[in-house]
Amino acid sequence: MLQIEKLTKRYPTGDLALNAVDLEIPKGQVIALIGPSGAGKSTLIRCLNRLVEPTSGKVTLKGQDITALGARGLRAARRKMGMIFQEYALVERLTVMENVLSGRLGYVGFWRSLFRKYPQSDVDEAFRLLDRVGLLAMADKRADELSGGQRQRVGIARALIQNPDLLLVDEPTASLDPKTSRQIMRLICELCEERELAAIINIHDVALAKMFVQRVIGLKLGELQFDGKPDELTADVLTTIYGEEDWEATIEKVDDEDLDEAVV
Amino acid sequence: MPISETNSGKKVWQLRDRNQTLIRYFGYLVTVAVFMWCWKQISDSTTWYFVWDAPRIAADIGSRAMPPKWDYISELWVPIWDTLNIATLGTILALVMAVPVAFLAASNTTPSKLFVRPIALIIIVSTRSINSLIWALLLVSIIGPGVAAGLMAIAIRSIGFCAKLLYEAIEEIDTKQIEAISATGASRWQVMVYGIVPQIMPAFAGISVFRWDINIRESTVLGLVGAGGIGLQLQSSLNVLAWPQVALILLVILVAVVLGEWVSAKVRGAII
Repeated sequence: MLQIEKLTKRYPTGDLALNAVDLEIPKGQVIALIGPSGAGKSTLIRCLNRLVEPTSGKVTLKGQDITALGARGLRAARRKMGMIFQEYALVERLTVMENVLSGRLGYVGFWRSLFRKYPQSDVDEAFRLLDRVGLLAMADKRADELSGGQRQRVGIARALIQNPDLLLVDEPTASLDPKTSRQIMRLICELCEERELAAIINIHDVALAKMFVQRVIGLKLGELQFDGKPDELTADVLTTIYGEEDWEATIEKVDDEDLDEAVV
Repeated sequence: MPISETNSGKKVWQLRDRNQTLIRYFGYLVTVAVFMWCWKQISDSTTWYFVWDAPRIAADIGSRAMPPKWDYISELWVPIWDTLNIATLGTILALVMAVPVAFLAASNTTPSKLFVRPIALIIIVSTRSINSLIWALLLVSIIGPGVAAGLMAIAIRSIGFCAKLLYEAIEEIDTKQIEAISATGASRWQVMVYGIVPQIMPAFAGISVFRWDINIRESTVLGLVGAGGIGLQLQSSLNVLAWPQVALILLVILVAVVLGEWVSAKVRGAII
């Protein structure tokens, strides 16, 4: 469904953030993108919806060449790629409902969005999603009144209301405590399964990634180092991606019994 | 070197070594000398007789001004109302013009950094650098005396102030929120309404009441040059040496300014 061919990004400073990355993701597959800081993980997912303009290479989503689109076409394509951010990136002074509905901005006109006159079908879907992520009671609260985990749930609802084919997830758990991190990861993966969504999840926590995803991609200095199942992530592989370290604690199987329910 | 070693091998630390200390003392000496020279210049060009006389004159005017002529207040209601209107409408008018200028001047929202931004910055600098009394003088001779000239003077003077503070607020917004809104496929204008406007609203409200508060004070003097408001009464009372009236006018201005400050403090407190 998503093909990435020879994707390269060189920043104006001369840093080569991505070096001819090739990747193919089928429908409904959730992959974790791991690698040290500065490996180009964020750049990679931002090149897919062109928040960062790639230098060369090609990105194809459902047969459409994203890299060749003009401004209008790009906006239409972005609707099909929901994005979830590390620091949630909610509009802090708007309500939870406005934040969720802002995911529909690509579909509604300017004046409707200015006066918040969203179609009833969008509002229905927003309520359904808020219920699904467990925040129905918070709909009228301002985003800055919410806790970190709650904010990330709003971020997830905002991405899903776009009705995307693909989720781009940038460090969803880096600002959250361990328990909330697991809940958020589980929620994202469950929702992807329900809707047969493909997702690319940038993540630092290798152990957490292994618990939830079907496939892991390792990136180092802008180049693909590893592509395989979570079980194939051995200490040797982690050493090639991150460098020498004692990896025993990271690769040992995590017991799932002590985990909590998805939504509290 | 602040750290030195004595013969016995003990390490000594001082903030500055001897040469640095000497240079500093020389600097102090020059500063004092320049101050004293300036004082001498001012003193030479001052008629000291008038200065020694000052307390007596002040006491004389004070005694003539007391008590204020209270029944004169009936003639002040309209001018003080005009003054408040000049300040309020002038501020609103200024904000209407300052918002687009601010968006054109902010480096992250300007359509062109090379061409449009310098023009916006020139508008900001030029309207800011000329005092509202001078704008009023100009406008009185262009559109004639009256409230309209005062209103325009206040409005023009305030554009630069409001636009400058607002564009600084725009430049300091959190770019992640912009990124998130752009990623939904929103248009440029939608990004503005959802990404930028909510973030600058507190700054905008704060700037508005702050400028309104300043404008109340500025509009009280505009009448001196014929641009409407209570300044007109002040000038005519001064011209005929009607000190009790002057005392009452100053009192009314004081009350208006204090009231303005109180309102703006309340509003700012409510927003933030």
